[in-house]
Amino acid sequence: MEKETCTFSYCARPEVVEHETDFLLVGGGMAACGAAFEAARWANPKKLRITMVDKAATDRSGAVAMGLSAINTYMGGNDIKDYVKYVRNDLMGIIREDLVFDLGRHVDNSVHLFEEWGLPVWKKGDDGFSLDGFQAKDAGKPLLKDVKDDAEREKVVVRSGKWQIMINGESYKVIVAEAAKKALEYNRQATGVEQNHFERVFITRLLLDANKPNTISGAIGFSVRENKVYIFKAKAILLVPGGCVNVFRPRSIGEGMGRTWFPVWNAGSGYAMGSQVGAELTLMENRFVPARFKDGYGPVGAWFLFFKAKATDSYGDDYCANQEYIADAKKKYGKYVDVMGTTIRNHFMMEAMLKGKGPILMRTHEAMAAIGQTFKEKLGEKEGAKKLKHLEAEAWEDFLDMTIGQAGMWAANNIEPDKVPSEIIPSEPYLLGSHAGCAGFWVSGPGDIAGAPAEWSWGYNRMSTVNGLFMAGDTVGASGHKFSSGSHAEGRIAGKSAIAYILDNAGFNPAFKEKVDDVVAEIYQPYEVYEKYKTYSTAPNVNPNYIKPDMFQKRLMKIADEYFGGVSTWFKTSKTMIEEGLKRLELLKEDSNRLAASNLHELLRCWENYHRTLTAEAHARHILFREESRYPGYYYRSDKDFIDDDNWKCFTNSKYDAATGKWEFKKVPYVQIYP
Amino acid sequence: MPSFVIAEKCDGCKAQDKTACQYICPHDLMALDREKMKAYNQEPEQCWECYNCVKICPQQAIEVRGYADYIPLGGNVIPLRGTDSIMWTIKFRNGALKRFKFPIRTTPEGSIDPYKGLPEPDYSKIKQPGYFNYEAKKA
Repeated sequence: MEKETCTFSYCARPEVVEHETDFLLVGGGMAACGAAFEAARWANPKKLRITMVDKAATDRSGAVAMGLSAINTYMGGNDIKDYVKYVRNDLMGIIREDLVFDLGRHVDNSVHLFEEWGLPVWKKGDDGFSLDGFQAKDAGKPLLKDVKDDAEREKVVVRSGKWQIMINGESYKVIVAEAAKKALEYNRQATGVEQNHFERVFITRLLLDANKPNTISGAIGFSVRENKVYIFKAKAILLVPGGCVNVFRPRSIGEGMGRTWFPVWNAGSGYAMGSQVGAELTLMENRFVPARFKDGYGPVGAWFLFFKAKATDSYGDDYCANQEYIADAKKKYGKYVDVMGTTIRNHFMMEAMLKGKGPILMRTHEAMAAIGQTFKEKLGEKEGAKKLKHLEAEAWEDFLDMTIGQAGMWAANNIEPDKVPSEIIPSEPYLLGSHAGCAGFWVSGPGDIAGAPAEWSWGYNRMSTVNGLFMAGDTVGASGHKFSSGSHAEGRIAGKSAIAYILDNAGFNPAFKEKVDDVVAEIYQPYEVYEKYKTYSTAPNVNPNYIKPDMFQKRLMKIADEYFGGVSTWFKTSKTMIEEGLKRLELLKEDSNRLAASNLHELLRCWENYHRTLTAEAHARHILFREESRYPGYYYRSDKDFIDDDNWKCFTNSKYDAATGKWEFKKVPYVQIYP
Repeated sequence: MPSFVIAEKCDGCKAQDKTACQYICPHDLMALDREKMKAYNQEPEQCWECYNCVKICPQQAIEVRGYADYIPLGGNVIPLRGTDSIMWTIKFRNGALKRFKFPIRTTPEGSIDPYKGLPEPDYSKIKQPGYFNYEAKKA
């Protein structure tokens, strides 16, 4: 097909706004808010400018937009080395232990600040039962920051698992955003700039420097509200737009397509934009397939860990204790089966389903009955019943704080968790680096961890292989299980480090390598294409000259699902299947030249789905490179259905060359630092 | 479970400087029909049912109805978000009702002073572990 270019012959040229800053935050989620808070404190006395660019409203943007019922990473009285071990086990033996340890030694301070800012944190009452955030306050329980030491803190928090603490988190993000916005406002006052917080601006691309090789110099994007393109010149950038959702065809493909587990607006923008400027990726073959309550995607963590519910096959058998499944898995995956991490539990769940023993059931009713019994024995009939009522509210709050739709799902199906069990299922794949996954960029470590290879710290903590380009949260690879608190904490680490970089490079004057006019035209091309051809057919959505973003996404989802190991193949793929899928992806990428947008909302979708496409390609190529099945339960290379530690207990790093379209892959040795 | 706008209740936020639902939706779904001066969800299959539009609507004009591709009709979940807590009413398909109230924050909205009582940064430590206000834990 003939290649289209945007010359503004058909669509109007947008107003171009140039904005100079020192440190640019791309994203507005937990990591970006952490970075704003930490970096502004270091930046203000030096009069360095910080700018946050969020595609949504920061009060409710990112993965915590709906709220959360728990903070999953809080060290408290635990040994940080045990945290490293837990993350390593769950991610099948390959993580950057320097990064994970570094996260662990910082994270608690963010949690203490959240509570001080107003986040209600559950506390243990004097009777040993849990108190919500208000009850704890009324009972005079001190804030965590005011408790004497970590050993004492461990005694007062309400743990749902070893690393998780319970909160009343409906307004978690609103609170964290308020602190970040205030920090940005102080920075604005200190530096005298007019504006340093942009909402509803979507960044499409990062820009490299004209003079310094491999150095970031800015970013470009557009307003989703008015015909404006924004060009940000920056000495350092923190790239934190979250993970990638709906790159694989989800289980629900009608209206329910939006009811994903991870936020549907996470479009892989970080992975796409970072790799386009040549930042090295690591472990992009990793994905997360969360086993959640079916269709509603309600969280299972509290049910497993806090209410001690059991999941079984439909015959009431614990599929994770099935000797036949275990023996078979051990032949392929060896010692990794013994650890029984999230991947292996998924694997066994699917074994049971494939053997005709589905659906898999979370036995909520039995868990509630058991707890009720204990309450009655401990407290007597009346008090016990009262406590049970409180517990039922806690179970509903778990959904209402973070997955409201699951409550609606139960209500519409007349499901009361204390009366009947509920179905769980492995959902579709997600790419992320903050939750139970570790896809992302290869970043410089803290540099002070004994036993970490010197080449893992080439300068500034959390800086990618591109000078001045920093990562945190979902964009840092090989370091999962950070969750909300860890993403905030890592944003702070990266933010502080970026300020150090800017101070060291005070003389750097960013200049764009690319012609800005060309990039402005590139951004608006879907408008140009639409305006050029829209009158050719009578129904604007069916037109042979272009593709609308929703169909573009469905084409991507179909390729990813059928060739790269989605739900339709039970997460199985192979060398030949991936190679075939990549051919189709290549054609899709070519057709991105014909993406068409009839308004700013569609322009946003065009760019998001382009980012998804690049992320999908990185994911597929990484699966192809790693010739084993490192993450059974998440994906299988059916032609290499085993774990091969001799050859593949290593990081898999890739670098994309945007000029040639070529990918380079290499193995990087894994180093165990902690026993 | 996409959000929908009750025509009778929506006033297009005429009295406000911006349409609340359009401002808050994390996925840019809420749009304003300028002729009718009413908001609507322009892409229901992209709705995460985060309820932020429902919670913020000053007219309580927005509700959520279950995703038509798998949720039976008849149930609903309705929040009423106050300054320090949120009330939930859950209606089951069979008519059963459940009501819950949960805390949302312990401080007044807008009261956060992020650096209050915290130390100034020590630039000699900018390349060491820790934050401006916090020394990293030791192994």
